[in-house]
Amino acid sequence: MRSARKIKDMAALVDLQEVTKRFGPGAPVLDRLSLAVEEGSILALLGASGSGKTTALRLVNRLARPDQGRVMVLGKPAEAWDVVDLRRRIGYVIQEGGLFPHFSVSRNVGLVPERMRWSETKVRERVRDLLTLVGLDPVEFAGRFPRELSGGQRQRVGLARALAADPPLLLFDEPFGALDPITRRRLQDEFRDLVKRLGKTAIVVTHDLAEACRVADEIVLVHEGRVAQRATPKSLLGAPAPGYVASFIAASLPE
Amino acid sequence: MSAFLAFVFERRAELGRLVVEHLAMSALATLVAALIGLPLGIWLTRNARLAGPMLAFANVLQTIPSLALFGLLIPLPFVGGIGPRPAILALIVYAVLPILRNTYDGLQGVDPALREAAEALGLRPLEQLRLIELPLAMPVILGGVRLAAVLSVGTATIAAAVGAGGLGTYVLRGIATVDTRLVLAGAIPAALLAVLVDLSLGRLARSARPMRAILILVLFAALCGAALVERRSDVPRMVVGSKNFTESVLLGEIVADTIESRGLRVERRFNLGGAWLCHRALLSGDLDVYVEYTGTALMDIFKHPKETERAAVLDTLRTDYRKLGLSVSSPLGYENSFAFVIRKDDASRFDLARISDLAKVQDRFRLGMFGEFLERADGFPGLARAYELKFAKTPAEMDLGLLYQALESGSIDLAVGSTTDGLIAAKGFVVLEDDRHYFPPYDAVPIARLEALSRDPRLGEALDSLAGRIDAATMRRLNYEVDGRKRDPKDVANEFVATLTSGK
Repeated sequence: MRSARKIKDMAALVDLQEVTKRFGPGAPVLDRLSLAVEEGSILALLGASGSGKTTALRLVNRLARPDQGRVMVLGKPAEAWDVVDLRRRIGYVIQEGGLFPHFSVSRNVGLVPERMRWSETKVRERVRDLLTLVGLDPVEFAGRFPRELSGGQRQRVGLARALAADPPLLLFDEPFGALDPITRRRLQDEFRDLVKRLGKTAIVVTHDLAEACRVADEIVLVHEGRVAQRATPKSLLGAPAPGYVASFIAASLPE
Repeated sequence: MSAFLAFVFERRAELGRLVVEHLAMSALATLVAALIGLPLGIWLTRNARLAGPMLAFANVLQTIPSLALFGLLIPLPFVGGIGPRPAILALIVYAVLPILRNTYDGLQGVDPALREAAEALGLRPLEQLRLIELPLAMPVILGGVRLAAVLSVGTATIAAAVGAGGLGTYVLRGIATVDTRLVLAGAIPAALLAVLVDLSLGRLARSARPMRAILILVLFAALCGAALVERRSDVPRMVVGSKNFTESVLLGEIVADTIESRGLRVERRFNLGGAWLCHRALLSGDLDVYVEYTGTALMDIFKHPKETERAAVLDTLRTDYRKLGLSVSSPLGYENSFAFVIRKDDASRFDLARISDLAKVQDRFRLGMFGEFLERADGFPGLARAYELKFAKTPAEMDLGLLYQALESGSIDLAVGSTTDGLIAAKGFVVLEDDRHYFPPYDAVPIARLEALSRDPRLGEALDSLAGRIDAATMRRLNYEVDGRKRDPKDVANEFVATLTSGK
């Protein structure tokens, strides 16, 4: 058991080891949860609200700290990282993009490189490349402010910002939640393709089974702070574990 | 209306100076309050447990009446005393709360998702604050600064009570001399100034570049501060004070003119709010001389028991003042005692001539008096006891200058004024006799700092030259020139001093 885990560590970009997290008295939000994410894969953390999936995600870039257990990120314990260094190696995308309303699109995207003391020219080039990469015309969009964008455009800018410092790992927290169904599907496909094309590792938190199936290589269904089942989309749909998983899947499917 | 404009136009030079002083005080106070409130507000968002008690404390400060705050500040070293310094400090105390509160609320109001996004991007705490939180909270924070500035402009009017200058000077002087034009000449510009400050700060807050707006504000405040500092030249001068009523202002002008006529420079700090304030200012060196009344000094300042023997009072005072480094000059020649003043029709209707006659009307008369008299050892409580009077209605407290208006209009039936009030004769009021000799003597006498007297012997010469030169009739006439005929105390005093010197 012990040696098996060790071998797995080598390839895992993120490894949560028996982490427990409590907010106040009562049942813990995370209850000795263990979870490894292999390099180059896209993992979906699926679950109902309150299941602990978002907290698990926040442990990775140290927005939260575990009460017990260990968090390994990019080959080091999360605690051993300088927190700023750690976060600059992890792109973070939230609902609506989390764009700063007082910054233009280009300032939003270029903020991290700017803080990393890149030259102005280099930042500008990077912003241009990133906007192109996420399907936005730099000439048209660089000078706009977030309020002048549609929901989907904001989400694209959010992704561009997360990619700015070329991090190996991306975290998505309900990134497509606020979008209309058509835009959502298109973005899901584009985002998956992009992550794969760039060879990034990604963790996507979602409560939407269809979304998880669409974007992820593997799905972890989280329930009451533990892993209820871990499987590929196909086997999760085909052979859900009896009990909670089966009822979650049944409730998520149309009809 | 045109008469009022002419009145204002005549004073344009002085008015301009007062506006500058007013703005300077307000701007400086707002700037310093921002320098305190901003960092403190930021700090509180990082120490949430202290935020509640801290904001509550700032709220309490806000509720201290401004005059009381000035009173509390006067005895303090360095920041205390009279003049712009304690005034600005008091304004700062008031201006901190809106800035502190809005800084705190503004930062707390920043969308937590954005704060988290900033953190997750790897911004350091200071970068988060500077790049994200402060800019997003800026409209709310600037709203607080704006509120503080308007508040300061409003409160600065009261600063004149501690000799800080500003437009309140006109308001106080106008109230003291019952001159509505003067009150308006101070109040209207003050109100306009407040509106103007509000509008211009509102514009700056909406501007696309808030940082530049802040820079402009800071520069402006610094400029104003410089204007205040520049006023303090170090040419040696005598500082003459006065209390905030007509007679005291007139005496202040008379003393000032007499000193000036001997070639000394004089700075006037008039309309200070009461005997205690003047005394503290004398002790701290903020004043060199002002005219006090012996009875007031005896009982209010030195808390001696009542003494009605004129010479004995003066002796006691000379000893007491000397211990404090102060000197009692020769009395000016008249007494200004408290006067119980009623309307003529009441006097005949109820047959009232003496204070003891008031027993007949104690159930129906409404009394009006200035606050000091309600409190003083030789004031109303003692008098009521001495005359065994029990008035059914609580005395109304009002400013000296407003008493006779209230008496004339019938909103009070008895005013406690002074025997030299010019309006008593002018309005045909009747003064009741102090038939039980309750009041001690109230001889007008200049009190000066020994240090000032030795600094320049001409000060002593000037004060001596006034000894016995003003009798009660003269004082009443001078008072009436100001209160009744609405003339400028400066001119009235000037003319009087001219007759003194020509008569020599």
